[in-house]
Amino acid sequence: MVKKPFFGWGGPKLKYPVIKRDEKDTIREIPLPQKASILLNRPFSEFNTQLIKAGDNVKTGQRIVFREEGDEYFISTVTGTVANISEYIGYTGRNYTSIFIEDIREDRWDNWFKNVSDRDLIGNSIRFLRSLPGKPDFGGLINPTNPPNTIVINGIDEDLLVKTNQLSVINDPEGLAKGVVYLREIVNAGRIVILVPPELVSDAEKCGAEVKVIDPVYPHALPKIVMKKVLNHVVPAGKTCEDMGVAFINAEAVASLAGAFGKGVMPVNKFVTLIAKDGATMNLKVRIGTPVKAILDHLNIITTHGDRLVMGGPMRGKSIYTEDMPVSYDTDAIMIQDRDKIIINADIPCVNCGECIRACPAKIPVNMLIRFLENGLYMEAAQEYDLLSCVECGLCSYVCVARIPVFHYIMLGKNEIRRQKSMEAPNALP
Amino acid sequence: MLYRKLFIGSHAPFWHNGSGISARSCNIILAVMPSVIFGIIQYGPSALGVISLSVSCSMLWELMMNFLMKRPVSIGDGNAAVIGLILGMLLPAATPWWAVLTGSFIAIVIGKQIYGGIGCNPLNPSLVAFAILTLAWNSLLDFDEVLVNYDLSFYMVYPLGALKHFGVSAVSDYNIIDLLMGRQSGGIGSTFGLGLIIGGLYLIARGQIRWEISFSFLAGIFLSSYIFNMVDPSRYAGPVFHLVTGYTLICAFFLATEDSSSPVNFIPMLLYGLMGGALTILIRNIGAFADGTVFAILLMNVANPLLDKIRPKAMGKRKEYA
Repeated sequence: MVKKPFFGWGGPKLKYPVIKRDEKDTIREIPLPQKASILLNRPFSEFNTQLIKAGDNVKTGQRIVFREEGDEYFISTVTGTVANISEYIGYTGRNYTSIFIEDIREDRWDNWFKNVSDRDLIGNSIRFLRSLPGKPDFGGLINPTNPPNTIVINGIDEDLLVKTNQLSVINDPEGLAKGVVYLREIVNAGRIVILVPPELVSDAEKCGAEVKVIDPVYPHALPKIVMKKVLNHVVPAGKTCEDMGVAFINAEAVASLAGAFGKGVMPVNKFVTLIAKDGATMNLKVRIGTPVKAILDHLNIITTHGDRLVMGGPMRGKSIYTEDMPVSYDTDAIMIQDRDKIIINADIPCVNCGECIRACPAKIPVNMLIRFLENGLYMEAAQEYDLLSCVECGLCSYVCVARIPVFHYIMLGKNEIRRQKSMEAPNALP
Repeated sequence: MLYRKLFIGSHAPFWHNGSGISARSCNIILAVMPSVIFGIIQYGPSALGVISLSVSCSMLWELMMNFLMKRPVSIGDGNAAVIGLILGMLLPAATPWWAVLTGSFIAIVIGKQIYGGIGCNPLNPSLVAFAILTLAWNSLLDFDEVLVNYDLSFYMVYPLGALKHFGVSAVSDYNIIDLLMGRQSGGIGSTFGLGLIIGGLYLIARGQIRWEISFSFLAGIFLSSYIFNMVDPSRYAGPVFHLVTGYTLICAFFLATEDSSSPVNFIPMLLYGLMGGALTILIRNIGAFADGTVFAILLMNVANPLLDKIRPKAMGKRKEYA
């Protein structure tokens, strides 16, 4: 944990990690787990349990249709037997479906994709690659009606301590270059940009995309900051980068495209940065669906009652309550925090110290905003105090002297506004 | 009971820079120590009595209000102690016990707790107490009157009082270095200018107070007294005299910078300081009081919410959300 320096009157300066060249030789591969679960970003109610049910055998890379309308599918990442399919409620009440697979055996690959992967790039992407490691919603980018005018490849991770994307850049530069070629064809975007820290410029130049160097200080790799500082295009409050015609994709996802179409191998593995209790990081190659417990057991990492387990990095990750949570397509890091190092939030009101004002990269009047959010005045917060300009970096909570969970309040406020708008939408005037 | 391993669930971020209100209060207490200790050495046990009584009463009032309002006990955060300590620093060493008791009551209960406690006070609590004491028992805070029995090794006439009543010629004897080194009469902890400057710079370097307010307040004092002095040097004292006398320095570093009652945006902080400084000099030079610092800052506290409306445009701000 980075503490406030003894002398410090400016905002916090948190540096992104820089990967060392030899780290690509020390990637630890985690063996197949005995049980796995695939977390699908779809509500359980959409699931047709006739198409896939407990007791079915699945093969690695097998395309499993779970709903006939719209040809909805997921890819099994392991070979085994389906034990159970159930509902899972995730962050801000989003609905997921989790498919538990037991009795995992040696991989038996489904060869359908391999046989067709050398032809019809777009059709096969739609048919097989709706999720890529590092881009779980890749389906939305394939041959869209409104293609984005720019695609930004993250060669640096958004969060601190995480090195998954940097690893993907140095691990296989040729693969990345091939991936960029495939990506250009699949997405049909005019401009492809790759973002890297200064140390990786030489690697990134080989990939054929336009290289943009970013200052490796948090939160410069966050999409909205990239839009402003690198693409010189400020995203208006309440709009997304996609609305502005810019799509972000992780370097890992681009590299996996090369593996898929170049070698005919369905991407089922994921790079994960493991952040240990002492802050040391380790690069892992993990099968998607592996529970966190299997990873920790393999590495002999012991967790105790009261620790904190986080999927993602220290600033923007999501804490999980059980070690059974699987590594998913978007799990870039797993962080374990020792219970003695956890600083718990307090319920002291804002003391108006102004630290958040100095820290906020979006110049939001956080000291006023938090007063409105604490009292549930979300619409006023958005209208008067720039709630929707937030880039979601979490620095306000990080520096808060009163230890208010500011970032939590902001996400709650944004979610409430989204919910309110979706409820009002049917009644809106045409 | 079955033992189950449970993990802490919370929202991001999972890091915190470790700052906290207690640490902030401790830093302020540490920073005022040079001038407090100097005051105690100068005025003896009665000064120690005033300071101790003020701090302890403030904490007790805070505790009492916590119980009365059924709120969690908050004396641990040190804010009440800081308020009491700063109030004690403003008072003369010969203040009677009941005045300290009343002052700390006003500071904690009327100045802070009735608004909802820490962070909710619109005015600086120590200054509210001091202003009410000044208005209620003016003679108690007249340094020339209450410190009459003290015979220290320097000229014991309150410099700003001399300036007010006898004009510039009466203050020409004061040596600036002597004034800065605390060889002047005044509040217990507010005369040792050098100690206050060291403490203030320490807090600024640690990022505990906002430097913009301190520097702009001093600049406001300097500029406005310089203008007065230029217009008529025979009636108005020079800027350096104003910088090192009265409550100027304690105000610049410890009173004007109180978190809750001062602005946080850059331009408002500069305006707040400059206007506070200018108001101080206006009251000193043409107002009724010898030292205008207290009322100047209270007035600026009132203007603070309005000033803080001047703020930078947030990223991507749009008309619909303007």
